[in-house]
Amino acid sequence: MLELVDIHKGYEGKPLLNGVSARVAAGETVCLLGPSGSGKSTLLRIIAGLETPEQGRVCWDGVDLAPIPVHRRSFGLVFQDYALFPHMDVARNVAFGLKMQKLAGAEIDLRVADALAMVNLSDFGSRRITDLSGGEQQRVALARALAPHPRLLMLDEPLGALDRNLRAQLMSELRRILHASGVPAIYVTHDQEEAFTLADRVLLLHDGKIVLSGKPERVWSDPGSVWAAQFLDAGNVVEGTIISIKPPYRVETPVGIFELGRDVVPVPVRDEVVPSPGKVGQAHSKGEKVNVLISRRGVLQGAQGNVSGVVVDVIFRQDGFKVTLANGLDFYLPDAPKVGEKINLIIPQAAIKCLS
Amino acid sequence: MSRFNGDACAGGPTSVGGLRPSWIRPLLPWLGASVFLGLFFFYPLARILWLGLNPSALITLNLDSLLLAVHSLGFTFYQAALSTLLTLVIGLPAAVLFARNDFRGKSFLRVLTAIPFMLPTVVVAAGFNALLGPNGWVNLGLMDLFHLSSAPISMVGSLGVILLAHVFYNTTIVIRLVGNALSHLDPRLEQAARTLGANPQRVLGLLTLPLVRPSILAASVLVFIFDFTSFGVILLLGGPGFSTLEVEIYKQAVQIFNLPLAGLLSLIQLLCTLAFSILYSRIVIRNVVTSAPRPAESNLHKVRSVRQKLFLAGMLVVLMGLFLLPLVSLPLASVTRLQADLGVRGPVQYGLTINYYTELFINRSTSIFYVPPFKAIGNSLGYALLTVVLSLALGFPVASALARPGRLGRLLDPLLMLPLGASAVTLGLGFIITFNRPPLAFVTSPLLVPLAHTLIAMPFVVRSLQPSLASIPDRLRQAAASLGASSQRVWFAVDWPIVARATLSAAVFAFTISLGEFGASSLVVRPEYPTLPIAIARFLSQPGGLNYGQAMAMATILMVVCGLGILLIERLRLPGAGEF
Repeated sequence: MLELVDIHKGYEGKPLLNGVSARVAAGETVCLLGPSGSGKSTLLRIIAGLETPEQGRVCWDGVDLAPIPVHRRSFGLVFQDYALFPHMDVARNVAFGLKMQKLAGAEIDLRVADALAMVNLSDFGSRRITDLSGGEQQRVALARALAPHPRLLMLDEPLGALDRNLRAQLMSELRRILHASGVPAIYVTHDQEEAFTLADRVLLLHDGKIVLSGKPERVWSDPGSVWAAQFLDAGNVVEGTIISIKPPYRVETPVGIFELGRDVVPVPVRDEVVPSPGKVGQAHSKGEKVNVLISRRGVLQGAQGNVSGVVVDVIFRQDGFKVTLANGLDFYLPDAPKVGEKINLIIPQAAIKCLS
Repeated sequence: MSRFNGDACAGGPTSVGGLRPSWIRPLLPWLGASVFLGLFFFYPLARILWLGLNPSALITLNLDSLLLAVHSLGFTFYQAALSTLLTLVIGLPAAVLFARNDFRGKSFLRVLTAIPFMLPTVVVAAGFNALLGPNGWVNLGLMDLFHLSSAPISMVGSLGVILLAHVFYNTTIVIRLVGNALSHLDPRLEQAARTLGANPQRVLGLLTLPLVRPSILAASVLVFIFDFTSFGVILLLGGPGFSTLEVEIYKQAVQIFNLPLAGLLSLIQLLCTLAFSILYSRIVIRNVVTSAPRPAESNLHKVRSVRQKLFLAGMLVVLMGLFLLPLVSLPLASVTRLQADLGVRGPVQYGLTINYYTELFINRSTSIFYVPPFKAIGNSLGYALLTVVLSLALGFPVASALARPGRLGRLLDPLLMLPLGASAVTLGLGFIITFNRPPLAFVTSPLLVPLAHTLIAMPFVVRSLQPSLASIPDRLRQAAASLGASSQRVWFAVDWPIVARATLSAAVFAFTISLGEFGASSLVVRPEYPTLPIAIARFLSQPGGLNYGQAMAMATILMVVCGLGILLIERLRLPGAGEF
C-alpha cells in the first residue's frame, strides 16, 4: 500500500506541492485530477523516485522509500509522450524491464507475448517504434510498464496526446486492463471525463494540496468548495444569505430562495478551503453569506418552480438542451424552450448543495 | 494598370526578351563560379590526377619514393587515429558537461573551447611554442623552479605536441555534435528505463550510448578528416621528424621538386578524404533517424552532489589548461623578452617589452630576400581584400540561386562544395603544376594567392549567405508588392536589410579565412610577397630572441584580428543558422 505523508516540493522557488497526503490501497485505481501546472506530474515523479520531496515521506507498506533508488522501487510509469526507446522494436521495448530483472529468455518471451496480447498488439513485436500510430505507441508503453509486474502503476496523462475518438476507445480499454491486472494505479489527468471513467477514487489537487477525495459520483455531486465545483463544472455556483438556521436551512440568493437538505449544514464563506465536503458543522448564524451549488440536471419545468427566468440561449446537446437564463444560470432540460420565453423551474432539494 | 502588367511579365520566367533563350537564364548566376572553379579547381585537379596516374612519370619514381609514400600514409593514419582517440577522451566528458550541467561560466567555457577551431594554424603553432617550446612558459617555469640550465621538456618537435594541438583544434566538434545529440535526447527515455529497473550504468550502456552513437561516430570521422589533412600543425610543431601526406606533398613539391611523387601523394590524399567524406555523410544521414528534438533545457541539472562537483572541477582544470594556456601564452610571450637576440652577447635582459611590435615596422636586414613583417601584413591585407571581393562576386549569385529551391541547384551545389573536400596543400600543388607553362604561366604572379584563397573561401561564403537569403519569405515580397512597391523598392525594403547583414558576415568570413590561410599559401606564395602566416612560420624557424619575439607579436596580431572576425560573424549570424 502506498502512503504519501505531507509531501512538499517547490518549483523555481515557488511552492508547488504544499503538504500532500494520500493513500492508495491494493488493487485500487486512483485518479489524481487537477488543472495544468498543479503539480500532478511532479507528485508522480516524486513517488517514482525521479525527484526528491523537500519535505514529507513516500512509504510502501509502512517503509519509507527515500533511500530506495528509482530502479529498485518497481513502480511502473507511463509517460504522456510514451518515452518508447527509439532504437528498439516493440518486443524489445516491452522486454526491457524483464531483462532488468534478469529473467530467462523463454520466460521473457512468454511475458512479452502476454503483455502484448493484453493490449491487443500481439502481432506487433517486430515493428519499429517509429512505424506505430499514437494509440499503438500508447499501448506499447502500457504493455512495457505492466510486463515486469510492478507493484504500482503510474500513468501521467497517457491519453493527453490522442484525438477524441481514440481517447474514448483507449479509456475503456485502459479500464479493462487496469481491472484485469489488479495492479494498484495512480492515473494523473486534467480531464474529469477520464478521471470519472477510470477511477475507483478521485483525488482533486489544488494549490499544492488534496482538497477533495472520494468516489467519482460523490465528488461530482458534492464538490464541497467553490473552486472544486467550478473546476469540475458541476453546476451553477451562486452566493446567498442564510435566512433560516432551523432545519430545513433556507438560503436566499439573487436568483431565488432554496431549501437545503436536513442533513446538510451550510458552511460559512471563508478564505480557507476546508476538505471533506458536506457536513462540516461550523458555527453559523442568520445573515451569514454562503455559496450554494445548483445542479444543472434533475431540474423540471413547472408552474410552482423556485427559479424563474427569461431564456436567452438554447444549445442542443446530444441528450437534451442546455438552456441559459437571463439571470446567468444554466440547466439541462429534455425539451427546448423558445428564446425570450419566461420559464419556471422546479429545483429539488437534492440538486442544491452547500459549498464552503 | 499597364505598369503592373508589365512588372508581372518581366518577373515571369517565360518572357525574357528575344536575346536569350529561357534555359540560359537560370544558368547565369552559376556562370562566374563555374568558370572560376573549372579553371582554378577542376583543371588543376585533373592535372594532379594526370601527374599521379601518368605511367611515364610514375616510372621515374624509385622504390624509396614509394616507401616514403607508404610510410607517410601510415603515419598520417596513425597520428590521425591517435589524435581522434585523444579528442574523444577530452571531448566526450566535455560534451556531457555542457549538455547536462548548468554552472557559472559555462558560456565562457563554451566560447573558449570553440575559438581554436577558427584560429589559423600558425597562431596555434605559435601558441603551443610559447607554452611548451624550449623558451615556452612551462620550461621557463620548471627551469626557474628547479634551477636548471636547460629546458627539461622538449615537447615541440615530438608527436605529443602534434596530438595536443589536434585535440586543441577539434574538441569543439565533439562537444558540438555529441553535446547536441545529448541535449536533444528526451530525458524521459532515461527516466523510463530507470523506472523499469535499470541502474544508471545500464541506462548509459543500453540507452544513452546507443542513442548518441551516430553522433559520436560522425564527430569521430569529422575529427579524423581534420587530423588526416592537418598540415600547419605538423609542419610547424612536429618539425622535420614527422611527415604526413600533406607535409610530404609540400616537401616533395617545394623543396625536392619531385612533382610526380607529390602528384601521387595528392591522389592518395584525395581518395582518402573522399572516402571519409562519404562515410561522414552516410553517418549524418542515418543520424537523422533518432528521437524527436526536445528543448535542450530539460536535460540540464544544477551541479549538486559531490561526484558532480568533482567532475566539474576536474573538467574545468583540464579544459582551462588545454584551451586557455596556449591562447594566453602567445600574447604574453609577444611582450616579454625571454632570450638573447641573435648576435647579442652577455646576459639577457629579461622583462616586459613592446620592442617586438615596434621592430615589425623596421627593416634592419640588408638582404634582398628579407621581407620586413609590416610588408607581410600589408600583403596579407591586400590578398584578403581581393579574396573578399572575388569570393563575394562569384559566390553571391550562386547563393541567391541556391536560396530558391530547384533541380539545378541540387545538381550543381555539391560540385561547388568540392573544394572543401580537397586539402589546401593539394589545391596549392594543383596551382603550381598547372600555371607553370603557357598559356597559363602565372606561377610567378602574386595573384595566385588570392585566387587560391577564393577557392577555399567561396564555399563558406555561399554557405553563410544562402540561409539568410533563403530566409526571406516570398510572402513578404508579395505583401510589399501588393502595397504598391515597385520591384526595386521591394528589394530595398525587404531584401536589402537581410542581405546586407549576411553579406557583411560572409565578407568577414572570407577575410578571416584568407588572413589565416597557410597550406595553399605555403605552396603558391612568392618569396618576395609573403603573407603574414608565411612570415610567422619563417620567423618561428629562425633562431634568436628578436625573431622569436616578432613571430609571437605577428601571431598575436593575427589572433586578435581573427578573433574579432569570429566575434563579428557570431554577432551577425542568424539565430540557429549554419553549423558545420
